[in-house]
Amino acid sequence: MNRKIRVLIGKPGLDGHDRGAKYIARALRDAGMEVIYTGIRQTPEAIADAAIQEDVDFVGISLLSGAHNHLFPEVARILTEKGASDIILFGGGVIPEEDISGLKKAGYAAIFTPGAPASEVVDFINLQMENRQ
Amino acid sequence: MSSTDDIIRGIGEGSIRAIARALSMVENGSADSVEVLDKVFSLQSGFSIGVTGPPGAGKSTLVSRMISRYRSQENTVGVIAVDPSSPFTGGALLGDRIRMQSHASDPGVFIRSMGSRGHLGGLSGATRDASLVLSAAGYSPVIIETVGVGQAEVEVADLADITLLVLVPGLGDDVQSMKAGIMEIGDIIILNKADRNGIDQLESYVRASLELMPPGIRKPEVVRVSAVNGDGLENLWKAIDRLAAIHSDEQRKSRSAIKTLNEILKENGLLFAERLLETQYNGREAAEELILSGTLSPYAIGKKLLETAEGMLKHNGSK
Repeated sequence: MNRKIRVLIGKPGLDGHDRGAKYIARALRDAGMEVIYTGIRQTPEAIADAAIQEDVDFVGISLLSGAHNHLFPEVARILTEKGASDIILFGGGVIPEEDISGLKKAGYAAIFTPGAPASEVVDFINLQMENRQ
Repeated sequence: MSSTDDIIRGIGEGSIRAIARALSMVENGSADSVEVLDKVFSLQSGFSIGVTGPPGAGKSTLVSRMISRYRSQENTVGVIAVDPSSPFTGGALLGDRIRMQSHASDPGVFIRSMGSRGHLGGLSGATRDASLVLSAAGYSPVIIETVGVGQAEVEVADLADITLLVLVPGLGDDVQSMKAGIMEIGDIIILNKADRNGIDQLESYVRASLELMPPGIRKPEVVRVSAVNGDGLENLWKAIDRLAAIHSDEQRKSRSAIKTLNEILKENGLLFAERLLETQYNGREAAEELILSGTLSPYAIGKKLLETAEGMLKHNGSK
């Protein structure tokens, strides 16, 4: 067996600021994971479809535009609808503290806000994988 | 969904989740993957197109164009896009989807990104089996995009029914096109970015190089395109259609079956040799130790393994 942790990093909506997403993608790559980066301005549907085709363990969504309360739960809803609720979701970007608990209720295992070191995301993923086994 | 039977059934029914799981199984080399491949082997149909060329030549953009073309003809299209894995961490950034975004929500397109996972040759070790899974699920063509290759990563030509080599201006002089290897494998040589300076020179290098090919080998067609603005694509489609018409589905299937057997023989040979190493030398590490200490040469170990295998066959009275 030659299993790799597979993570999809997606950016939904109209926000084109992808530096954070690329930074995380790079950090996860350097931690030995296979990272699928889908690029900017994806619909929640496109992100969910890609995640299912790529059979990823995690989907990380990055958003800086403020539309997270709409777009993040939408990705979770579509994944569940398509029978892929086992994929673990996390989010990042400019997310106000008061929105975090709502996003967690919507199915996000973790939300990373500005200033969070990339190693925190790596640790989160590794811990989730350990818990799963 | 987790059971092997469900996955086999799902592939036949075109279930996205089942196909995706089967692809992971073959990629991870899981024990159940052989059973899945065995069961779906007879389902494969259609043909495959390999797309190779140096990094940044426009392979993904061309693949995206190709998807649109086949979708407009009501075909469902499978794509396997291979990107390099790090030789140090094993990690990979798989970014080929970015150029294929316009097909992201099309249920008739299945795109799978794969890391090369240490495999040399421009593909990953599981690409052949992954291609079979997509073909068995009804996708045709299955388009296989290699990592950005250098000069000798020619493996895709062995796997795909039609191989497209994508070249662009500005990568070197005419001596580059005289070298053996990558220049010899294309069924079609695509000169992409035809809107750029140096395209005439590139075409003359390539054509001059093909002039010198020994007789008896079918010369590739040379097509100029600009994948970004769409120029020349009609000529490319016609060239692909001509090649696709040469062989029947049955002929392609037979060829693929023989090639697959070759691969399996290599893999099985390795597995069996490792088992013999265990029985004869207490495993690979111990055998390596014998070599490093100067006790045995690698050849002596190889000879011993073959003799042991021969002895076992005689003992069993097999032919």
